[in-house]
Amino acid sequence: MAETEHAPGLATPTRGVRSDCRHPPVIRITHWITAVAFLCLVISGVAILLAHPRLYWGETGVRSGPSLIDLPLPFVLESPIRGPGRYLHFLSAWISLFAGLIYLINGLFTYHFRKHLLPARSDLNWKQIRQVILRHLRFERPPKEEALAYNLLQRLAYLLVIFVLFPLMFWTGLAMSPAVVSVNPTIVTIFGGQQSARTIHFFIASFLVLFLVIHILMVCLAGFTVRNRAMITGRIASGKETI
Amino acid sequence: MSESITRRKLITTGLAAAAGLAGLKAAAHIADHYGFLAPDHSGVLGAGEALTYGTQRILMARHSTAREFNRSEISKIIPVNGEPPNTDSYQRLLAGGFADWRLTVDGLVGCPSTFSLAELKRLPSRSQITHQACEEGWSFIAEWSGVPLSYILNLVGVRPEAKWAVFFALDDAWDSIDMPEAFHPQTLLVLGMNGQELPTRHGAPLRVRVPRQLGQKSKKYLSRIMVTDTVKNIGKGWGAVDPEYGFSWYMGI
Repeated sequence: MAETEHAPGLATPTRGVRSDCRHPPVIRITHWITAVAFLCLVISGVAILLAHPRLYWGETGVRSGPSLIDLPLPFVLESPIRGPGRYLHFLSAWISLFAGLIYLINGLFTYHFRKHLLPARSDLNWKQIRQVILRHLRFERPPKEEALAYNLLQRLAYLLVIFVLFPLMFWTGLAMSPAVVSVNPTIVTIFGGQQSARTIHFFIASFLVLFLVIHILMVCLAGFTVRNRAMITGRIASGKETI
Repeated sequence: MSESITRRKLITTGLAAAAGLAGLKAAAHIADHYGFLAPDHSGVLGAGEALTYGTQRILMARHSTAREFNRSEISKIIPVNGEPPNTDSYQRLLAGGFADWRLTVDGLVGCPSTFSLAELKRLPSRSQITHQACEEGWSFIAEWSGVPLSYILNLVGVRPEAKWAVFFALDDAWDSIDMPEAFHPQTLLVLGMNGQELPTRHGAPLRVRVPRQLGQKSKKYLSRIMVTDTVKNIGKGWGAVDPEYGFSWYMGI
């Protein structure tokens, strides 16, 4: 806490000396809090879903009626997992909300999004995009300078996760709450009903899990130890290590 | 250099944690005073419950009405969970058309009373077509009719120190709601469903409908409503029987 408060005053001289600081503390801390909370959300989300692994569209849906998708999962009603699952789900949701808000506010004040995540206009052309995609598809190791900055695909993926997918997760989650929608029904009617919100909640969660898998894959490809050290200690590799 | 930073970090983290804990304790005390704490808020996982309940109570303080639907939107298939109480006394009541059944309303009220089914049917009734989601994930829309709980509570006179309305059922289930929920115009003591008498498996002779919470809160087969200022001395003190099976007390989620 005190670290970050000191940061503005110290920023200029320290940054000049310690050019090896990859990720500032706020981003590192909120990253790992979100990582743990997200894992808990996925685990508890599955525990809740298993009570009724069937998805519907509209306001209502029942087991003996028509469905949108029957997930190839068993109905788990007897084992007591969804009650505790729900406690864990909401606790983790709150924690990820707080971490997300701290990250967002910090990002706005430090111009993190503008400086590090918003792609340069010159990069947004098909030639560049194709190049980056091809490099990823060939599983090529990223060039050295990428240890210090995000590439185009990373930027787009992170922006999507931060500004579209996570907010939609919260929104569709709230749209399933009878108490929240009693304050403002538009929260749920905009999706076409409570069951639609549930279905969208499931699919965005699946997207986020896919993102996590690719994210971890890419970290492994770019150097698991080096990248994790950067996200834990903030420092990138010293000279002798290969990036 | 790096070691002194570590020590400074440790001290500041420790101080922050201590301040945080003290702050949390103070916050819990204030929240409890204003009725923003769920009965099952204690424990690590309970922190999420306390936050959810408190926040939603603040959100719902000014205006909050569950959506009501058209007749055409009533679900064709309405499943039901659980069986009616498998007791001799319930079967006897059922066979007698619930003529011998009584609803007791007592606790912190001016005038503890009992109501027969016929008496309840003579009270002013209200119908509403609402969405009910089971905590399992499925949901349906149905029309419910009956006496607003607020009408009964006003009839018996609730004392100012009252905080919870506790429902006791013929099948030993019990649950509770807070006073804002109990006095909400859509909280209904249900006698009929989709224009007919309340079906046995849906909770006959009487169930409560709390449309701003998941279906689990709408307890069936009621026999007694007790108004109280604490639920600590009922069961394990967690506000309902459901938390004893791992579910949260608050079902507005």
